[in-house]
Amino acid sequence: MTDATNQTGRGGASVAGANAVPMVLAEMVSKSFGSNEVLKSISLEVKRGEVMCLVGPSGSGKSTFLRCINHLEVVSAGRLSVDGDLVGYREANGKLYELAPREAARQRRDIGMVFQRFNLFPHMTALGNIMEAPQRVKGLPKAQVEKTARELLARVGLADRADYYPAHLSGGQQQRVAIARALAMEPKLMLFDEPTSALDPELVGEVLDVMQGLAASGMTMIVVTHEMGFAREVADSLVFMDAGVVVESGHPDEVLSNPQHARTQAFLSKVL
Amino acid sequence: MSSTKPNRPAAPPALPEPARAAAIKAIRLRHPGRIAFATILVLFFVVFILDAAARPAFDWPSVGQYVFDQRISMAAFVTLQLTVYSMVIAIVLGVILAVMRLSPNPVVKSLAWFYLWVFRGTPVYVQLVFWGLISIIYQNISIGIPFTEPWLVFETDAVLSTFALAVIGLALNEAAYMAEIVRAGLLSVDTGQEEAATALGMSWSQTMRRIIIPQSMRVVIPPTGNEVISMLKTTSLVTAVPFSFDLYTRSRDISAETFNVIPMLIVASIWYLFFTSILMVGQYFLEKRFARGVGDRRPDRKADGLTGAATGAVTGLIPTIGGGQATVVRPPAPPASPDDATRPTDGGVR
Repeated sequence: MTDATNQTGRGGASVAGANAVPMVLAEMVSKSFGSNEVLKSISLEVKRGEVMCLVGPSGSGKSTFLRCINHLEVVSAGRLSVDGDLVGYREANGKLYELAPREAARQRRDIGMVFQRFNLFPHMTALGNIMEAPQRVKGLPKAQVEKTARELLARVGLADRADYYPAHLSGGQQQRVAIARALAMEPKLMLFDEPTSALDPELVGEVLDVMQGLAASGMTMIVVTHEMGFAREVADSLVFMDAGVVVESGHPDEVLSNPQHARTQAFLSKVL
Repeated sequence: MSSTKPNRPAAPPALPEPARAAAIKAIRLRHPGRIAFATILVLFFVVFILDAAARPAFDWPSVGQYVFDQRISMAAFVTLQLTVYSMVIAIVLGVILAVMRLSPNPVVKSLAWFYLWVFRGTPVYVQLVFWGLISIIYQNISIGIPFTEPWLVFETDAVLSTFALAVIGLALNEAAYMAEIVRAGLLSVDTGQEEAATALGMSWSQTMRRIIIPQSMRVVIPPTGNEVISMLKTTSLVTAVPFSFDLYTRSRDISAETFNVIPMLIVASIWYLFFTSILMVGQYFLEKRFARGVGDRRPDRKADGLTGAATGAVTGLIPTIGGGQATVVRPPAPPASPDDATRPTDGGVR
């Protein structure tokens, strides 16, 4: 475990526009549920425009870490900041103050999240799902929101499914709507929590295609995934986690083809 | 977006049509027992109806005379008012209590629990008698800051009519039951829904109003329909307040004059049945409205094959999903399935 605090984000160095303030900066972040410590002193950095893949066995804390980034879970120790702002807290005179729900919501609206189980709103059409947050949270006029929403649907290849309810869409289509819904808030960071794990193998490709396009457009992304092909092709950096610690990280090509740690080697030998 | 991915195949070739066996033709299994039992039931029913029609105790001419009597129809209207007012208050209060019970604040939670304990634990009849005696318990109602000179003082008797007391009594009792129904509905919504809304930056109240409560309606409406119908009939207890202009009490008062009880009971029953029937129709349409997204309605089914091909140009993989399913799983123009016939409004969609 001596390499738990490896320097990360090397892959992001080549990304254009990367500057002093990283998009996500985790410094010795820990998270416990009761006596169960799920994250143990995670330190990593995601630069602007970087795509980072988090891989590892189930229960290794990948999803929990992702949920900490937009404050769906509260960090127990360490510092976690997004675009220079501390997540969930405000710091003044050396003291931390918990954010009011309104302020926490304001932080979250800049962070898009895509869930393993899509979590589309089943009582709204695809278009309604996408329009909901820009209209209600940002208070933008309906006509403008609808125009953007239709553009986003076209972007994920579902222009003709605008009036379909989620129940009438395939898993892959639902996930693409979910991505469009997150993009409608014009986030500066996108979090993907195993976006293809609940899909039939045949439908995985269409979602990965959309994500690849998004990465190509310069979006900063953190992707928890088991799709090593995607990680190799799209990610700038890859982080391997196990039992709540970062075991190994670096450029995906390096980590995947030449894993240093025995634990990483064992894991990759099973999934590759 | 993904046109740069030549390694993924474009539209796959259409599958060959397989040879099919002839449709099964078999002699239908007969159910003689069913037919015999149904015949006996129908016979019993017909005999009962014919007998009831001729029985003098029912006094059908009186029923016909009183069913549209103005005193009765006015009383029916009052019963409807009691039902609607108390249910509206009960639903609003029930939602508040349900949210209170799910609150992280232990004081708020306990208070809601205490309310439920009292109002569900005592008979509504007893509660109504209590409300009738409210002016003896609290002679005045004062508005203001406690322990200071009140701004306004009312005499309880003067501001609260027996009708108002009946509505309050019914509503506060019903709210306890509605709270449990609403709570069950809120808990039935997947936690991922709240997470998704939160992650989009929606506030708690927005999440509740726009996401959680609309979805909980599917679970809440059927038992609430029950409660409305139950309330319609519980209004017959308001005589305990005492309030005497509701349907049942009024028909009892009339029969006390005419010494002809049974036809008046039938008259009241006819009105109760009439309102119940209307409420059932209303419930059907409400349930339909909140089943959006879970029913089998689709904007268009037959266009699947075509639209799949159109989007294929964009993502490269769609034809396997849209087009593939349309040709393999579903015939292009599906014949109406038997359960479609029972849903007349669905016909318009296709």
